[in-house]
Amino acid sequence: MTPSESAVSVDGLVKHFGTTRAVDGLDLEVATGSVHGVLGPNGAGKTTAIRMLATLLRPDAGRATVFGHDVVTAADEVRSRVSMTGQFASVDEDLTGRENLILLGRLWGHTRQAAKARAADLLEAFGLTEAAGRQVKTYSGGMRRRIDIAASIVVTPDLIFLDEPTTGLDPRSRNQVWEIVRALVAAGTTVLLTTQYLDEADQLAERISVIDHGKVIAEGTSSQLKASVGTGALHVRLLDPQQRGQAERLLATALAEPIRLEADPAALSATVSDPRRVSYALSELADAGVEIANFALGQPSLDEVFLTLTGRPAEDQSVDRPDGEPPSAPTTEEVRA
Amino acid sequence: MSVTSQPTATPETVARGAVESVLAVGARPARPSGLAASLTFWWRAMLKIKHVPEQLFDVTMFPVMFLLMFTYLFGGALAGSTGAYLQEVLPGILVMTVAMITMYTGLTLNRDIQKGVHDRFRSLPIWRPSTLVGPLLADGVRYTLASAVILGLGLVLGFRPEAGVGGVVAAIGLLLVFCFSLSWIWTALGIVMRSEQALMGVSMMVLFPLTFVSNVFVPPETLPSWLEAFVNVNPITLLVTAMRGLIHGHAVAGEIGTVLVVSAGLIVLFGPLTMLVYRRKA
Repeated sequence: MTPSESAVSVDGLVKHFGTTRAVDGLDLEVATGSVHGVLGPNGAGKTTAIRMLATLLRPDAGRATVFGHDVVTAADEVRSRVSMTGQFASVDEDLTGRENLILLGRLWGHTRQAAKARAADLLEAFGLTEAAGRQVKTYSGGMRRRIDIAASIVVTPDLIFLDEPTTGLDPRSRNQVWEIVRALVAAGTTVLLTTQYLDEADQLAERISVIDHGKVIAEGTSSQLKASVGTGALHVRLLDPQQRGQAERLLATALAEPIRLEADPAALSATVSDPRRVSYALSELADAGVEIANFALGQPSLDEVFLTLTGRPAEDQSVDRPDGEPPSAPTTEEVRA
Repeated sequence: MSVTSQPTATPETVARGAVESVLAVGARPARPSGLAASLTFWWRAMLKIKHVPEQLFDVTMFPVMFLLMFTYLFGGALAGSTGAYLQEVLPGILVMTVAMITMYTGLTLNRDIQKGVHDRFRSLPIWRPSTLVGPLLADGVRYTLASAVILGLGLVLGFRPEAGVGGVVAAIGLLLVFCFSLSWIWTALGIVMRSEQALMGVSMMVLFPLTFVSNVFVPPETLPSWLEAFVNVNPITLLVTAMRGLIHGHAVAGEIGTVLVVSAGLIVLFGPLTMLVYRRKA
C-alpha cells in the first residue's frame, strides 16, 4: 500500500511506562475511507496506541504517519485532520452541551455566530437539542457519548479515532453510536475504532487487528478472522450435571472439536467450524437421553478469539495507573501518561 | 382543545441522515490566532464561574474574614489602634488573599488533565500556551474582584489611601503583575502533580509561610535577626512594601522595580518550565 492510500501507517511503534511495555512494536495500516477495528482486551495497549497516533503521547520508538504526516515531527498537520473521542478526550462536564460545542467551534476558528449555528445543527442531529442547556455532568451515558462524538466533528475530520465508543452503553445507545459511525463512513471519514467486542468490530469494521500485549497478533477481515477461529461457539447447558462426562464424549465425536468444560458444572462449550454439525451433535445428545436445559450458537467472543490465537483467555492486563489512582471506572483501559 | 398528541420525532434519537448532513458541511475555517484561542479559554473560565459560583467564595468571603479578623485581633496590640493598623495591614491582606488564589489555574489544569478534557484541547491545532494563558487572564478577574471586596470593606472600616485613587490603581496593577507571574509556578506543578489534593497541599505549604513570614502583619524589625533576614528578601515583603508606598504616596521606584524584576524572573523561570513539562506529558 502506498502512503497516499493509507490514512494511518504505523511501523514498529513502542511505548513504555516504567517497566510496562504498553505498546511493543505495533504495525498497522489503515486505508483511507475505511473503518478499521482494533480489537483487544483491557490493557492490550489500544488506548496508548491511539494516543500516540493523535499526537498526545510521544512514541519511544518506531514511526507513525497520518495521511503521510509524521505524528511527532508534523504534529500540527496531523491535529488539523484528525479528531478523537474516547475515555481520554472528553468534554467539560461543568459546561452545558451547547457551550462545549461553541467552545470547540471557536477553537477551530469559527466566528461566534458560525460556532453557535454549528453547535445548534450538531445538537439537532445528535438528538441533544432538549439537553443542550444542561451541564454535561447531568447527561446519561448514551447522551454523554453522543456529545463526545459531536464535539469531535465540529469540523468534519478526515480521520476519527473512536476509543471504545460503546463500552458501558445500553443496547439502544450502542445502536445509536453504531448509526453515527456508519454516517461518518458514508460521509467519507476514515474511522479507527478500538473495541473489546468482536461483535462490534464485526458490525462496523472492514478490517480488524487483534492486539495483545501491545502487538498485533492477527489481522484481516472479519470473515478471515472468524475462519481462523471458527465461525462460532456452541454453548450447551445440561439439566443434569451428572451427565456432563457423557455429553462431553458425545459432542467430541459429533463435532470433531475439543470440548471445553465451563465453570458451571452443567455447562460445556466448543468452537465450531461447521454449523451444520451442531444440529447433528444436539440430536446425538437427545438420542442418548442427555437432556439439555438450553443451548446457544453464537459468534466467537473475544475470549474465544484469544483462546484460539494465543492459547490463553483474554485476561485483563490492566495495571494500576502510575499516578496511584485505582483503575476504577470500567471504561478505564490502562495507564495514561 | 386537542386530545391527540402530535406525532413528533422523539428528541432522544439520532437521525443518520441528519448526522451525514452535518458532516457534509463541517468546513474547516482558518486557524484562530493565539490571542483568539486564549480569549476563548478565558470565556470558558468565565462560564465555569457562572456554573459553579461557589468557587468565588475564596475571593469574596475569605478577604472579608481576614480583614475583620486581623484588624480587630492585632490592631490594638500592634499599632495602638485598629484604625492606624488598618492603613498598614490592608495592603498586606490584599497581597495575602490574592496570592492564596493564584493556584486556581494550576488546580483547574490538573483537573482538566485528570478528566481528559485537556487531551481534547491538546489534540486541536491551536497555539498551545493558550490553554494556560486564557485561564490565567481569567484569574485576573478573580484577583480584581478580591481586591475590590477588600478595598470596599476597608473604606467602610476607615481605610484612607493617602495617594488617592491613582495610587490604589497602581498598587493593584502591581499586584496583578506579580500574581500573574506567581501563577506559573502552580501551572507547572498542576501538570506534574498527580491529584488536586496534592497540588493544594504543596501550594499551601509554600504560600502559608511565604505570606505569614513577611511584613504583612508585623514590622520585621521586631523579629529575631535570622528571621528578619528571611522576611526582608521574601518577595511578598517586597511587594507589600512597594504597594504600601504606592497607596500612601511614599513610593520608591527601586522597590517597584524590584517587584517587577522578581515577577519577570518568575515568568522567565516557570513559563518555559511549564511548557517543558507540558510537552513532556505529550
